Amino acid sequence: MAQEQYAIEMLHITKKFPGIIANDDITLQLKKGEIHALLGENGAGKSTLMSVLFGLYQPEEGTIKKDGVEVKINNPNDANDLGIGMVHQHFKLVECFTVLDNIILGVEPNKMGFLQKKEAREKVLALSEKYGLKVDPDAKIEDITVGMQQRTEILKMLYRDNEILIFDEPTAVLTPQEISELMQIMKNLAGEGKSILFISHKLNEIMEVADRCTVLRKGKYIGTVNTKDVTPEQLSAMMVGRNVNFHVEKTPAHPGEVILDIENMTVASKVHKNNAVKNVSLKVRAGEIVCLAGIDGNGQSEFVYGLSGLEPLVSGKITIMGKDMTKASIRERSAVMGISHIPEDRHKHGLVLDYSLEDNLILQTYFEPEFTSSAGFLRRKNIREYANKLINEYDVRSGQGPITTARSMSGGNQQKAIIAREIDKAPELLIAVQPTRGLDVGAIEFIHKQLVAQRDAGKAVLLVSLELDEVMDVPDRILVMYEGEIVGELDPKKTTQEELGLYMAGAKRDEVKA
Amino acid sequence: MKKALKNPGVQAFVASIICIILGLLIGYIVLLFINPQGAAESITNVIKNFFTWSKPKTQLKQFGNTLAKTMPLLMCSLSILFAYKVGLFNIGAAGQYVAGSCACLYAALAWGWSWLPCMLFAICAGAVLGAVVGILKAYCNVNEVISGIMLNWISLYSANTILAKVKEVASPYTMYITDVNPSAILPNAGLDKLIGNNKYVTIAVPLALVIAIVISIILNKTKLGYELKATGSNKNAARYAGMKENQNIILTLVIAGGLAGLGASMLYQTGYMRWECTQSSVPGMGFNGIAAAFLGGLSPIGAIFSSFFIQHITDGGQYVNTNFYSSQISDLISSVIIYLCGFVLFIKITMNNMIAKSEDRRIQKQKTAETAGKEAD
Repeated sequence: MAQEQYAIEMLHITKKFPGIIANDDITLQLKKGEIHALLGENGAGKSTLMSVLFGLYQPEEGTIKKDGVEVKINNPNDANDLGIGMVHQHFKLVECFTVLDNIILGVEPNKMGFLQKKEAREKVLALSEKYGLKVDPDAKIEDITVGMQQRTEILKMLYRDNEILIFDEPTAVLTPQEISELMQIMKNLAGEGKSILFISHKLNEIMEVADRCTVLRKGKYIGTVNTKDVTPEQLSAMMVGRNVNFHVEKTPAHPGEVILDIENMTVASKVHKNNAVKNVSLKVRAGEIVCLAGIDGNGQSEFVYGLSGLEPLVSGKITIMGKDMTKASIRERSAVMGISHIPEDRHKHGLVLDYSLEDNLILQTYFEPEFTSSAGFLRRKNIREYANKLINEYDVRSGQGPITTARSMSGGNQQKAIIAREIDKAPELLIAVQPTRGLDVGAIEFIHKQLVAQRDAGKAVLLVSLELDEVMDVPDRILVMYEGEIVGELDPKKTTQEELGLYMAGAKRDEVKA
Repeated sequence: MKKALKNPGVQAFVASIICIILGLLIGYIVLLFINPQGAAESITNVIKNFFTWSKPKTQLKQFGNTLAKTMPLLMCSLSILFAYKVGLFNIGAAGQYVAGSCACLYAALAWGWSWLPCMLFAICAGAVLGAVVGILKAYCNVNEVISGIMLNWISLYSANTILAKVKEVASPYTMYITDVNPSAILPNAGLDKLIGNNKYVTIAVPLALVIAIVISIILNKTKLGYELKATGSNKNAARYAGMKENQNIILTLVIAGGLAGLGASMLYQTGYMRWECTQSSVPGMGFNGIAAAFLGGLSPIGAIFSSFFIQHITDGGQYVNTNFYSSQISDLISSVIIYLCGFVLFIKITMNNMIAKSEDRRIQKQKTAETAGKEAD
């Protein structure tokens, strides 16, 4: 075999946890100057493998080599000394510090305890010039965009002269424009000789940016391929173990009566003084999926808060099935008027993480006679039966079944639990806000099927999404939101991603009549 | 053994026991430092408490005193742990306890009410104080710890002022309820006969135990408990689920305040103690309740035992040999022990880490044994 130059090699890594083999004989070889993707579903063992690389876990078997020499990584400091750096999915930045302060945090240049920021600033500016990482060193983290925060994280690694850069699902939080910028940055970095490990389950991005791709499935090593030689379909089959439909199969919609009718809804913003949602009117009919598309932060969240009752309206009227619910409480909307809401943030709104799975599954219905006796006692037996039923129907996987703490479940299964709960309520209107965020292909396919099934059962579905693929594939009608207003109505069968992008970026707008 | 240690219930118990032992050990060391001569005897006396007396009859009677004082402590610790389950730290329990004391004493001494109305009045007074903290928290987002501490002092000096009207002329103490209005004394219902004719053992004892069980049931088995715990654990999710989280916060603190107020009634309406109208520190009962709640593993049933233990140690403090130590030493020793009781969570975490590590080592050993076996083949 030809002696290839590997920056880092993880050979035959096996890591076991009680009852589960998280990594089973996994080999990952990262060449110098390449972008190497690590692909796998949730729970495939990607995180465990990275934790081994960072010395957070010690593997039972296997070795790690840096530049061909075997090394021992006992803790994250060892990893740092070897020049391994990571951009986490959730950034590790101090919100009230400036970009520069965050970059030098932990390695502050000083003379006798006094900070020497000038040198640091020069180095940061030089680095940002060299790799095209535009940042304002004096801006505070809380004031800058997510994209710039991510560039700050990347600069943090470069400032520490890291040679091996790991990106953990870096695009999950970015807008399409920011994603393409990031792709370019990654290519620049690789061009300058940095080795990049790119953890993702978004196939398009892997195809675009990565040279090679290692696939894991259920803790096992499936294979390493050159991305040039494979199609996305092949990659996805490797990842999931079967062929996955990218296109959502659905028959043409047969919209019926109007279920949701919103007139001139205005919702205040919590961040700035302007209204976040301005005078929005729209209708959703039975038997159709309407998608509210747009770049993150254009008022979609506030729109949903206003609709679900989490925030009061400044003005406007909401009617559901002919009944005025503008002033209805959250409970009335949910229990009486039949609105189900799959929330944007499953940890903030969707789940009580310290509660068991079964207690989370009754979060919207715990007060029903089925679960609470007239004296106010919980009917534990019914709850357990109901939870088992949902767990089977929706294939929610967890360590201990109904009594598993929600916190200990994987993100995909947490989301499945929420979807099971909200759909099983048999709602008239299902509001699904980014229902597939952070999920793998298998889970996304499942969730899309559920949405279409709801539609086919004659329910109204309002999907709010930031994912272009989802926006194009799932709905029957697209409404584009830009700066709190609806700027366009598109037919997903006739429009293109480019046209959609123009509306989302505010470059194009129509007068839309609801 | 290791398997048993993984059970959370067993863990809580073991952690509590370790805390107690550590507390006693440090208490002993403190005594050694001050004066090594009487240390061993004194610390034994602290542990023995009423067993220090030689006659079984006196022992029983003294046990009654500890028992009577355990009940108000139990109420305070229930107040703390109930609020804690809903995500609130009710340090205001001390002030709610003071409000309850003031209410029941004034009603008994100035208005001549009988015991039940006095008790209900004490509950109301504590609940009102809890409601103030709750309303501030729910609608103005005022931290419940800050407003609770402030209210502790407000209620202390208000109580001093109000109760000055029913105090003895010659002393700073309130009048004896037994002299002025015996109908306000809690009925014994024959319990005193069981516990060495100790007249302080009243229906407060069974009442407090029943309330502990009721609180446990509310928290674990009812819709109300489900809602309150959800609110405490994730306010946003509770709101999303249509629960009225502000009302839940207020309701929680009203219940917690009522419990602390009831605790005061359970002490002062036995006639065991009188209020000192010149006192300038908030009575420790509410604060000891914090330690009792944590030592009991934040379980209402655990709180029964932990409250008794803490009261036992506090009472035991009076048997420290005053020839060697100043009289404040009893307070010092019991506070050291109570302080250590707050470390239950820390001990639990340490214990878990140790178990995990030994597990790792075991796996490692097994693996080496296996490979060695293979090589031998």
